[in-house]
Amino acid sequence: MPGPGRWPAVVIGVGNEFRRDDGAGPAVIGQMRDLVPAGVELVITDGEPTRLVEAWTGAALAVVVDAVRADPPHPGRIHRFVMDRPGAGAARPASSHGFGLDEAVALALALDRMPGRLIVHAIEAADLTQGTDLTPVVAEAVGAVAAAILDDLGAGPRLPGQGRKTSVPGT
Amino acid sequence: MTHKNERVLSVTELSRVEGEGALYLRASGNRVEEARLDIYEPPRFFEAFLRGRAYTEPPDITARICGICPVAYQMSACQALEQACGVTVGEPIARLRRLLYCGEWIESHALHIYLLHAPDFLGYRSGIEMAAQRRDIVERGLALKKAGNAILEAVGGRPIHPVNVRLGGFYRAPARAELAALTDPLRRALDDALATVSWVAGFDFPEHACGGDMLALSQPGTYPIERGTVQTRSGLAFPAAGWDEHVIEEQVPHSTALHAHLAGGTRYLTGPLARYSLNSRWLSPLAREAARTAGLGPTCDNPFRSIIVRSVETVYAIDEALRLIEAYEPPDPPAAEVRPRAGVGHGVTEAPRGTLYHRYEIGADGLITTARIVPPTSQNQAAIEADLRAFAQARLDLDDAELTRQCEQAIRNYDPCISCSAHFLDLTVERSLLIPNGAWFPCQVLAAGRPW
Repeated sequence: MPGPGRWPAVVIGVGNEFRRDDGAGPAVIGQMRDLVPAGVELVITDGEPTRLVEAWTGAALAVVVDAVRADPPHPGRIHRFVMDRPGAGAARPASSHGFGLDEAVALALALDRMPGRLIVHAIEAADLTQGTDLTPVVAEAVGAVAAAILDDLGAGPRLPGQGRKTSVPGT
Repeated sequence: MTHKNERVLSVTELSRVEGEGALYLRASGNRVEEARLDIYEPPRFFEAFLRGRAYTEPPDITARICGICPVAYQMSACQALEQACGVTVGEPIARLRRLLYCGEWIESHALHIYLLHAPDFLGYRSGIEMAAQRRDIVERGLALKKAGNAILEAVGGRPIHPVNVRLGGFYRAPARAELAALTDPLRRALDDALATVSWVAGFDFPEHACGGDMLALSQPGTYPIERGTVQTRSGLAFPAAGWDEHVIEEQVPHSTALHAHLAGGTRYLTGPLARYSLNSRWLSPLAREAARTAGLGPTCDNPFRSIIVRSVETVYAIDEALRLIEAYEPPDPPAAEVRPRAGVGHGVTEAPRGTLYHRYEIGADGLITTARIVPPTSQNQAAIEADLRAFAQARLDLDDAELTRQCEQAIRNYDPCISCSAHFLDLTVERSLLIPNGAWFPCQVLAAGRPW
């Protein structure tokens, strides 16, 4: 098993491009290509827990971006939080894959495979039916999250409210 | 006044299965009246979605049906569309496809054996709980899974939804050195796979046999993965083009996936038990020996022992991958040319969970006019329900919680891949009396979360 420090950072987009707003995570990764500093790995995955654990094992910093459902809903709203235990997030994953991040964190803790720091960006989804286009508010949030992650990596402008556990309006 | 004792077990979201599904079991007195596996999956949408698309697109589009077995969808789609266009790929491309498929078998089987199925036999509520107690064991499972991933990445371009597959073959053939780099990790994985067989062979298995027929591909001389003739245990044998004649699908009210049975009305099972029972003699000597030492005979009817069969198939897939890598010569060109023509094509391959059939009709302009996809789990629904009914009937003396737990395990024996999605479980057990006017009177409701 690789030890800590395998990469400085990994950014993981979780989701399914064929379930509309569930494709927000992969869309963020798409926007970040050619923009991230050297040594930062970009990964798209479906949220299956062992894949998440493998993706962030050994990373000093892991940033995960996923679509979420929230009640009451506010599509396009962005949540950013540091996750060090299951259930630390502000909203439930929306993805068609359903399970994922909480289980991945629990598994990583059991196996001592947590990254040095785990930051999660969650975008509230509006439409999770089958299809390939993001809704406009979620598409707008994708750009904001990509910029916020670049800031997490020390490579971009700071968004309002970033740097502490909080929610940031995405529109 | 007489009251009829009724028990209803309802698991609204099954845990540790690949997808979204539910279990419903109703017993009256000492008799199981109804057993249902409720499935809500998306492949039916994909059939409509494909109409009007170019003939080159299904390998990429259908791969999105499932994150666990995208290669199966790609391979069945390629086979069907190439047949429609009158193209047969050469052996070097066929062997590279088989190698890619081996990676998917290894990854999928390792996930199911270690994190979804083994916890049932060892008394853990989840794979995560098992990881906390048996870190060494779970790390071995993850290492196996990673070995499969490495093949998918080297041949397919990435571990999920491979991007290097195209009609006729591959966009790029990996260099010999790229595949040779997989050899040492795969040799270590082979040791892990053999240890896995020994480990699961020591589990306690209830005596139980599934009824009905079995259906799998068969390809004399080799264990079936990416091609073969469809065979049944009762003696049917037909090519992919004969699927519609021999396999009948029908809608049932409680599931969005179609149920399937043979044309004579017989239900059947597809998947590792069927594959093994019809083809165990074609395993490699190493895998055959692993099966023998694990106590498997030439056939296996006990769904609980499917975890041994999956472990043996994992040994086989790694052994086969090593053989294919050793003999590998990059296909040149990496893909055969596939020109569109009006026609119909059928493709059938062995996904980790069983036989996966695709059928496409395309016009002279290369646009798809009809598409049909028959995944293994929908074929298995009727067999799972029949098995569940017989299984529960013999265990009605158990309390609701234990009966539900055992029924869930019985379903997980089949590794149902219900869709590309999965949920943790909200479990509800309900005891009810049916009073003479037919109204339900709930007596007790329990709810418990069940993690992945």
